[in-house]
Amino acid sequence: MGYLVSVMTFASIWAVLALSLNILTGYAGQVSLGHAAFFGIGAYTSALLAVKAGWSFWPAFVAAVLVTGICGALLGLPSLRVRHDFLVLATMGVNFVVVAVFKYVDFFGGALGIVGLQKPQIFGWTLRGWGFLALAVAYLLLTLWVSDYVRRTWAGLAFATVREDEDAAEAMGVSVPRFKIYAFAISAALAGGAGSLYAHFLGSIFPDHFAFVESIGIMSMVVFGGLGTLRGPVVGAFVLKILPEYLRVVGDYRYTLYGGVLVLMMLFQPQGILGDNSWLWKRLQALYARWRPGPQPRPTSRALSAANPGDDPAPASRSGRVNPGERTHESENS
Amino acid sequence: MTDNRQPLLTVDHLVVTYGHIQALHGVSLQVAAGEAVAILGANGAGKSTLIRALVGWVIPAAGRVVYAGRDITHAPSWERTRLGLAVVPEGGRVFRDLSVEENLRLGAYLETNPARVAERMDYVYRLFPVLKERRRQIARTLSGGEQQMLAIGRAVMRGPQLLLVDEVSMGLAPLLVDAVFDALQQLKEEGVALLIVEQNAYETLRVVDRGYVLENGRIVLAGTASELRENPRVQMAYLGGG
Repeated sequence: MGYLVSVMTFASIWAVLALSLNILTGYAGQVSLGHAAFFGIGAYTSALLAVKAGWSFWPAFVAAVLVTGICGALLGLPSLRVRHDFLVLATMGVNFVVVAVFKYVDFFGGALGIVGLQKPQIFGWTLRGWGFLALAVAYLLLTLWVSDYVRRTWAGLAFATVREDEDAAEAMGVSVPRFKIYAFAISAALAGGAGSLYAHFLGSIFPDHFAFVESIGIMSMVVFGGLGTLRGPVVGAFVLKILPEYLRVVGDYRYTLYGGVLVLMMLFQPQGILGDNSWLWKRLQALYARWRPGPQPRPTSRALSAANPGDDPAPASRSGRVNPGERTHESENS
Repeated sequence: MTDNRQPLLTVDHLVVTYGHIQALHGVSLQVAAGEAVAILGANGAGKSTLIRALVGWVIPAAGRVVYAGRDITHAPSWERTRLGLAVVPEGGRVFRDLSVEENLRLGAYLETNPARVAERMDYVYRLFPVLKERRRQIARTLSGGEQQMLAIGRAVMRGPQLLLVDEVSMGLAPLLVDAVFDALQQLKEEGVALLIVEQNAYETLRVVDRGYVLENGRIVLAGTASELRENPRVQMAYLGGG
């Protein structure tokens, strides 16, 4: 039982990482392969404050969120100059640099990492096992709420314009640089909180926990579940985090799994298994509609769709319900 | 200028280069408030480059752009929008993954008064009733003509003083071209200044007061709409022969 609780705690933390990357990549279209750097910055901030300055978990957690958010805004600056594949390379570089700093600067504990972190306490009661799982799930729910809130406000629409066409976005009056930095800051801050939880859950952290391969893992969870949705990154993180724990074969080839998932999803289902208009999601919605014939299911609220991976040949509404009557009207356009 | 109104837009010896290639060689022109002006020219004359420089998508190598008394030559695009400039870009460039209504709301991104947003949306829906029918549809599922209408509607949502229109008739069926120019005419009658860049000189000269002819990055001819219509050179090149 203890093992299951522990696996679920990790899965919840990774679901937060996937959701936070989703804000940056799924909403604002900024593809980052360096997300583990923000995870690491949050973990190290929290760990250093706890071990060197003797802070308790709660203020260290808040500090980790804030510090990582600020780092995110700063490390997002390259996105103002470079786009697309060059941005991907830049974020990869950031990941390597951050890990190198953790590894080679003595202040950060070097290769020996930081050990001896205490579990959080609340009213004199130490959160471990189920207690810590509850904390991780609570943070996951908060992240879900933030993701949903961002998507519903003006910022969500502005992020969508930045994702789709930066020039046109600017012509609407959207300050593209500002919204890119917002996306990096929000995304990083949420990942920083995940880092703090991770550090205090494990009790010790090492630079390699935040290496580039972890960034690939987080990205594969988002892509597997469905970029741009809320359900996708959560389901992706739980499946891809839990699977290697229980399937011995998969566990030995964890990183092969992550890489393979990325390649296969891009080839066959770029919108993710649960993305809008994905094969499985359409089946699930059809099933749901049959089970509940009563009132029409309310159209999914303005879900900003995935970062439009490739051109979707089937024109359909983003709520995923394809209506044959809504097909392209090309007739008058010849 | 024959017009005694204050110029809203002044372009002064604008030079734009792409690497070593010079696209505009010192273009000067003016648009007064409420005036409709055409830029005619063949493919590659520099018409779209001019629009891009006015919107702020390319930064000129030399020259000045003054809008409502402010030098905006180097201002970022979103700041120009704030000042009352809006654009209907070449090809429309609507947000393909967003709905028609979301596209329109984004056009009014800078408008904080919800009543005014609703009012303008009504106006756009009256201008293009088909957009109202399709308001929940994702923009990518619209036809090319509908996307152009959406692009115009989106720009109108800004409530602009000056609307830049780039090759709006390109690839449209004749019937739609008429509809689009009727809409531009209506905007002009409501006091919106227009700068229309077009290959379709016939329709354009129907709407505008004045025009310039751009060739190889230079203004080679300027005049009122009727002067241009009578000009043998314009007739040869842009109105389908003498």
